[in-house]
Amino acid sequence: MSTIAAAPRTWDEFMEGIWKQNPVFVMVLGMCPTLAVTVSGVNALSMGVATSFVLVCSCALVSLMRSFTPKEVRIAVYIVIIATFVTVVDYAIQAISLALYDALGAFIQLIVVNCIILGRAEAHASKNAPVPAMINAAGMGVGFTIGLLALGVVREIFGAGTLFGVSLFSANFQPWVIMVLPPGGFFVLGSWLLLFSWWARRKEAQQNA
Amino acid sequence: MHETAFQIFVNALLANNFVLAMFLGLCPFLGVSGKLETAFPMGIATTFVMLVASLCAYGLNLLLTTFHLEFLRLISYIVIIASSVQLVEMVLKKYSPTLFRALGIYLPLITTNCAVLGVALFQTAREYDFIQSMTFSFGGGAGFTLALVLMASVRERLQLSSVPEVAQGTALSLMLAGILSLAFMGFAGLGG
Repeated sequence: MSTIAAAPRTWDEFMEGIWKQNPVFVMVLGMCPTLAVTVSGVNALSMGVATSFVLVCSCALVSLMRSFTPKEVRIAVYIVIIATFVTVVDYAIQAISLALYDALGAFIQLIVVNCIILGRAEAHASKNAPVPAMINAAGMGVGFTIGLLALGVVREIFGAGTLFGVSLFSANFQPWVIMVLPPGGFFVLGSWLLLFSWWARRKEAQQNA
Repeated sequence: MHETAFQIFVNALLANNFVLAMFLGLCPFLGVSGKLETAFPMGIATTFVMLVASLCAYGLNLLLTTFHLEFLRLISYIVIIASSVQLVEMVLKKYSPTLFRALGIYLPLITTNCAVLGVALFQTAREYDFIQSMTFSFGGGAGFTLALVLMASVRERLQLSSVPEVAQGTALSLMLAGILSLAFMGFAGLGG
């Protein structure tokens, strides 16, 4: 296989997770951390990076072990692999920034039960070689991070009047507190989905016309 | 600060409802809440698994702390939950085949319900004793069931109303969840 032919395929594989199969907006997977930690841009970004790290590492390992993992116990094997990497991330974040660790709370450990990771391990990594599996996982990770940021940024701007901790408005700004409270998470994600569905419909109508 | 068992229960059931205030167990909440007749058994089964998992996690944590193996906590909890789901499955199959059939595919899926792992992790982080742990997991399970049943009832009613085509599906469910969550905020401070 020539490199010229392989390059677009690799690129497609990577882009799939970002756009066509975006885990947050298209597949609506991994909702719990998506809604819980996105009260600010920084939290959203760190959660996205942590999840992506676990995703890429576990997919690589699952893919390496795919030929000698017994079929009957594969899910158990995946879960133990994922739990191992989550423990690594958990201790790493604790060492790097204790404030961030407190903000994200139990949701770092709850990455274990994030369905995106188990879904990727089962649907892609268990059937492909390590390199394509890692590229696919990286695309999904970036897509997930973009989804988290889309929520985190909107919620932080409206709910606190800041962006990544930098104040955006004058002192007269009244924060829209509901945005950083639980209902705000549901409303913002619902609005994003509404927007995407409206956009998809409009495109479809244009094509038919 | 010592919370009484009653405070823990009310807190987990209403003020800090697992689904609507803490965002745990959203996948089944959005996935299974289409019909009331599946939502309720699902809630009961999850509550049961939570109780078993919380019991096992409590014992396991004592063991791990004794041997200073805290870094193994996450891995052992997830294995415990997976096996307790299996256990519940076998017990149900033996003693109540009707209920087993009614729950079907939802039973094994409880393993990846973050509310179950959440119970185990929170009770460890808050250093609850035995009674507190059990009340906490029971309250959490009851809260999960309550949220699921409420959501399913609203969605059943919504099927009779005309919703704009754009808003159908997940977007509508999320908006509904937002409104429910707003309502549950009224319980804030109830558990003290």
